Amino acid sequence: MKTIGVAKATLSYLAMLVLAAFLMAPFVWMVLVSLHPPKSPIPALDELWPAKPDFGNFGRVLQNPNLPVARFFVNSLVVASSVVLGQLAFAACAAYAFARIRFTGRGILFATFLGSMMIGGAATQIPVYLMLRSFGWLDTYAALIVPGVSSAFSVFLLRQAFLAVPGELGEAARLDGATELRILLRLFIPLSRAAVATCATFTFIGVWTDFFGPLIYTNSTSMRTVEVGLSIYKNSYGGTNWPLEMSAALIVMTPLLVVFLLGQRYFTRGITLGSVK
Amino acid sequence: MTRLRRLENMTGWAFVGPATAHLALFALFPIAYAAYVSTFKWNIATGSHAFVGAHNYGLSLHEGAFWNALWNSLRYTALSVPLGMALALAVAILVNQRLRGVTIFRTLYYIPAISSGVAMAMLWIYVFLPENGLINAALGLLHINNKTDFVNNASTAMWVLVTMSVFTGLGPRMVLYLSGLVGIPAALYEAASLDGATGWDAFKRITLPMLLPTSLFVLVTSTIAAMQLFTPVYMITKGGPDMTTDVVGYHIYTEAWVDFNVGLASAKSFVVLVAIAGISAIQFRLTRANLSDYSA
Repeated sequence: MKTIGVAKATLSYLAMLVLAAFLMAPFVWMVLVSLHPPKSPIPALDELWPAKPDFGNFGRVLQNPNLPVARFFVNSLVVASSVVLGQLAFAACAAYAFARIRFTGRGILFATFLGSMMIGGAATQIPVYLMLRSFGWLDTYAALIVPGVSSAFSVFLLRQAFLAVPGELGEAARLDGATELRILLRLFIPLSRAAVATCATFTFIGVWTDFFGPLIYTNSTSMRTVEVGLSIYKNSYGGTNWPLEMSAALIVMTPLLVVFLLGQRYFTRGITLGSVK
Repeated sequence: MTRLRRLENMTGWAFVGPATAHLALFALFPIAYAAYVSTFKWNIATGSHAFVGAHNYGLSLHEGAFWNALWNSLRYTALSVPLGMALALAVAILVNQRLRGVTIFRTLYYIPAISSGVAMAMLWIYVFLPENGLINAALGLLHINNKTDFVNNASTAMWVLVTMSVFTGLGPRMVLYLSGLVGIPAALYEAASLDGATGWDAFKRITLPMLLPTSLFVLVTSTIAAMQLFTPVYMITKGGPDMTTDVVGYHIYTEAWVDFNVGLASAKSFVVLVAIAGISAIQFRLTRANLSDYSA
């Protein structure tokens, strides 16, 4: 790649800064407004910087007796971590078999997994609701966890990673008498840490931001996840209490930002892996 | 079959068993079940249901509101996908340069895409507020006094959703285009510059055609996502004003979970599924034709 001229570099930085400013402006606004006193009106641009920052809004949001944001947060943590662990277990086993074990029907079965990714969840929401209802799972953690506990995407992602592990390593372990499960746990998973991290980051963010599932599979306030909880929170104030609404939004977004920044490298890798089937 | 082969076979099935059972129960069976549900006049609140055969499909296709929703989804898709792709490609080229600190910008551009959809919708409500919203406030700085209530105006509401999608969807599309750009051999540009083709010429003759497979992938996945838009509509416009943003995702949600007609809603989901499959097929066809043009 040739070196970039000063003029071109300056223009590029300018363009990048303008775009970044536009994309980040709402977030900066969110942080600043969350520091205004509750119920204060939407500030004009020159009044945006809070005269006296009020850090109490986060406490007010978390301790609201009618809308237990702290409870929504715990629900989301329980659901997201269970789904991540479940997906890793289900997907790692299936991916290992697809990558390393020869069994009848492997080709057709893998094609079925891939094909299922094409059909969006939208068409299956009603039947899954009816199934969960007949299991008696509506409005429980089971409804939020079990349908997501395995995913074709994770299977596909981990299979790609396992295919890249040198075959001789597995053969050597097998000759030493190691079981397949032991080879998977002690050899393939540690060697595929990046793919496992990709899976975990993707799944966590996907579950944390899932809106439709929790919206229809739960109905009591105490079973809501952060995403649905935040929408209830917003609707209950209806744009009349921006400082509190923005504090709630910040609380919901913080874990996402942390997970994304920690797993960013893996996350973007996962995006591109999906495109090179 | 030898004993060893049989053992390997059994091990394989033991390993894929749990994931396969889950796939069958929560991805494959529901499709068949949805087809079954779509043949009933079924009210999920009262529990009353009666077999009506293909009646729900006929009903859907004769319902003006459903056609309106299909039309709105097509409009939203036709606006947001090309604009989103163009912005993502431009940004990808911008951040693919060897500039100090460029990765920080990549990260910043990605953040809206991983943020909570509900929180993003709340922020975009603010951006488009008539009084003190970001857009009108920025116009005010330029001494343009604008009090348009973008969300509640039939001629701008769809653009609110489109604008939001173009910017929140930027991250993944940018990353895909970046990986496509990295795959273009530098030798192609060197050869072209010897022939005097640089800048815009090189972009048209090399970058765009070489990115065609990436563009196809972005196009198909973005279209599928756009046709299923739900959260921003639920949070921001509620399908209004005058049903101008009542897209199929929201329309079917209302049919199933507000009016409780799950039979009719299932029939409508299948119609949408067929529509999406049809659009994807056309996109594949057209791109394939272009691909063979270039490889000739």
